[in-house]
Amino acid sequence: MSPGLLTLLILVLALAGYLIGRSRAVAQVAGDIRKLHSLPPFYGRITALLTAVPALLLVAAWLLAEPLFLESKALSLINPSEIPAGKSAALVMADVRRVADGLTALQARGDDLAPLLADPTKLKTALNDAGIVLETEPTVSTLAATQALRDAGKTSRLAMTAAALALAVAGLGFALSRITPEFRARNATERFAMWLLVGCSLIAVLTTVGIVASLLVESIHFFELYPATDFFFSANWTPKFGGGSSLGILPLLWGTLYVSAIALVVAVPIGLMSAIYLAEYASKSTRSWVKPAIEVLAGIPTIVYGLFALITVGPLLRDYFAEPLGLGNSSSSVMTAGLVMGIMVIPFVSSLSDDIINAVPQSLRDGSLGLGATPSETIRQVVIPAALPGIVGAILLAASRAIGETMIVVMGAGAAAQLSLNPFEAMTTVTVKIVSQLTGDTEFASPETLVAFALGLTLFALTLALNIIALVIVRKYREQYE
Amino acid sequence: MTATPRISLFAQDTRTKRRNAAEARFRSYGLAAIVLALLALVWLLISIFSGGLPAFKQSFLTFPVTLEESVLDKGGKRDPAIMAKATTVTYAKVLAKALEAEVAAKGLETKLKTKDLTKMISEESPATLRDRVLADPSLIGQTIQVSVLASGRIDGYYKGRVTMESAAKDKNTSPEQLALADQLKAAGVLTMQFNSGFLTMPDASDKRPEAAGLGVAIIGSLYMMVVVLVLALPIGVAASVYLEEFAPKNRITDLIEVNIANLAAVPSIVYGILGLAIFINFAGLPQSAPIVGGLVLTLMTLPRIIIPTRAALKAVPPSIRDAALGVGASNLQTITHHVLPLAMPGILTGTIIGLAQALGETAPLLLIGMVAFVRDFPGAPPEGLFDPAAALPVQIYNWTQRGDPGFVERASGAIIVLLVFLIAMNAVAIYLRRKFERRW
Repeated sequence: MSPGLLTLLILVLALAGYLIGRSRAVAQVAGDIRKLHSLPPFYGRITALLTAVPALLLVAAWLLAEPLFLESKALSLINPSEIPAGKSAALVMADVRRVADGLTALQARGDDLAPLLADPTKLKTALNDAGIVLETEPTVSTLAATQALRDAGKTSRLAMTAAALALAVAGLGFALSRITPEFRARNATERFAMWLLVGCSLIAVLTTVGIVASLLVESIHFFELYPATDFFFSANWTPKFGGGSSLGILPLLWGTLYVSAIALVVAVPIGLMSAIYLAEYASKSTRSWVKPAIEVLAGIPTIVYGLFALITVGPLLRDYFAEPLGLGNSSSSVMTAGLVMGIMVIPFVSSLSDDIINAVPQSLRDGSLGLGATPSETIRQVVIPAALPGIVGAILLAASRAIGETMIVVMGAGAAAQLSLNPFEAMTTVTVKIVSQLTGDTEFASPETLVAFALGLTLFALTLALNIIALVIVRKYREQYE
Repeated sequence: MTATPRISLFAQDTRTKRRNAAEARFRSYGLAAIVLALLALVWLLISIFSGGLPAFKQSFLTFPVTLEESVLDKGGKRDPAIMAKATTVTYAKVLAKALEAEVAAKGLETKLKTKDLTKMISEESPATLRDRVLADPSLIGQTIQVSVLASGRIDGYYKGRVTMESAAKDKNTSPEQLALADQLKAAGVLTMQFNSGFLTMPDASDKRPEAAGLGVAIIGSLYMMVVVLVLALPIGVAASVYLEEFAPKNRITDLIEVNIANLAAVPSIVYGILGLAIFINFAGLPQSAPIVGGLVLTLMTLPRIIIPTRAALKAVPPSIRDAALGVGASNLQTITHHVLPLAMPGILTGTIIGLAQALGETAPLLLIGMVAFVRDFPGAPPEGLFDPAAALPVQIYNWTQRGDPGFVERASGAIIVLLVFLIAMNAVAIYLRRKFERRW
């Protein structure tokens, strides 16, 4: 039974549970619902919840854990001596999975599988016909593993269906056995719903755990294959998919920081000055349309900025600045990406600074103006110093945004990893290399793909640190005036 | 006794002048910053729109074609197997001959041979005609009026991408072809029409920018948005209700709150790594599938829904809760009957804005294989969610990586489509906020 159908069946059971639970409660008091502790629908609801929720959770957990269990079983059947040199067990398992999928496809087409399984050559051609291309003929132990995988898969699905239905019926029975006029159905329903709410808010925590775990596990694999000191302290990035590549993060970090620095040089003055103008000088009507207009910049998808860098800003900078000045002839450069990214982060600086400047108490301004200072002197000597921690927080948030930005640098900064000071030269960043090392590749066996996880971990740690520092600064500041 | 300096209220002394000048300067810096920011926005929009609007117009060649039985159906029995033997190459010849006849009929002069005329028609057009004939065999033997796509170079000529000089160096076209195209245009055979195929057709291969469309990408993005909506809205609302209404103030709640704040600021590409590691490698879901994209975007959107939802719940005054509890409602009844309906406009606004952000997100989708070249439309949901599909922003990225300059125009055009969707979603959000917002 497919998981979808099973889910539907469990939901039907739950609906039946609702109706039975409700009518059973009413029947027990012979229709006089005043004698029930709770209103009749609550008896139905608790029955439905107890029927559906545990069973559905079981199905979800089973589907998640199934591949792990099946593969370890199939892997144990593969003869280690048959794994070809230079291929890892993971690659062989990928073949096993492909053959298994292919067999299912052939079966769906109505082919007879028995003669194919006896003859690997025929099997390879048949799979080729079905669009599944194998490098080598499947070996005997691969076939055995495939068979085991398919058989265990069938058994596992059957067991899942049986277990889920049994759990649903058990839940239904348990709930019905509890229904008496004294049963506090409303309290029970609310307790149950509360746990569901708690579960939903834990998903946020689980996401973080998932991010950290997946980054850490694969990064550890990477550091087993490649020395960590070389990764963190080498200035040479030349990945070769044949092996023997040097994967130093320094040129990538340099590119990332260079692009972000240019972005901040563009965004901080513009963002801060427009925030000051909007908060202190602009009339209410100007403010009401300028502020949303600047915030539109934050709502534009980054791919749009990427294309803007690629087709407009890049060629413009190359033709009018880089080539006349003799600084290079590449349209993708640190300057291109930095300028466009600067435009993107303007609203991050301006909106947050605007809020913070507005939070500075009016009495400070009035005091300064009353002593005869001009508005600009008040802003420079009173408002900005008072708002400084918050503004620093806003700039740090913008920096973390710039460091983690991907599409603008993928399309605007280039792909050459190098340590150079020339802003009109193509350089590359951490995010660009994560994309280029991982796109279209899912066999995590070589250091060249695994390095993306170590890069991801570095990026995550960097942005997290910036965010936390920014949040701490902003929070600390806010407490001062409340 | 020292003489007191003479101060006049009517004439500014030098120091006051300096201070006032500094004031004016400071003020003009602020104004300049705003003007710069707005100019950047305008420049961005103009660059995208001027590059992308031509994608909605396309050159079509309209002329009669005789579908001869002796060429297209050798057996004459309308047997699908035999008819299928006439390949697109055959149909391309049929089209070229028909165009040649049309050129002669209109009395236009050209030295071009039939082979060169083939190059003026898009490589996609023979396949379209073939599909049309195979679907309706009764057409064979008739003369029908067809409207086929002109080749990308001819189309580019009318959009300023191709000139006589560049055509002379290009092996895919020639100045003679462009000259003939001008004559055809004067004769009304070649016309620029609205290109509805841009919105409905699937992606096309490297050499056929004129036939590339957004059909699969729009469906893929739609599927992902449905997944995000179905998962992120209930989970986000449930989590917000717990954190805002029930959670005791303790370490664990604090941890969850800090967590959500940080998740909202995690770079989107990290979510792509998460999706690749967990959903594809660990759980074994297929690559390029909208379900995986949807799940990744759900995780990314959740904190962005939770934060505004909590703000909306916080805005509902406690008196409403007290009144409900006072007449005997339980905690959950108070929430579901009173607080949630009152907070609904705020929740929906936050959700729509979260969805709009998810719609434009590209980086995580690159990692889970959505860059693959997909020409087949995914099936109907729920199974269709597991079929390979493209997504709007990834399709744009994909097109920018192709060699033919015709694809840059397509990419800009696709951005216009994306922006139209985003503007529509944000307009709905603003409307909801204006219409239902209540100040207590």
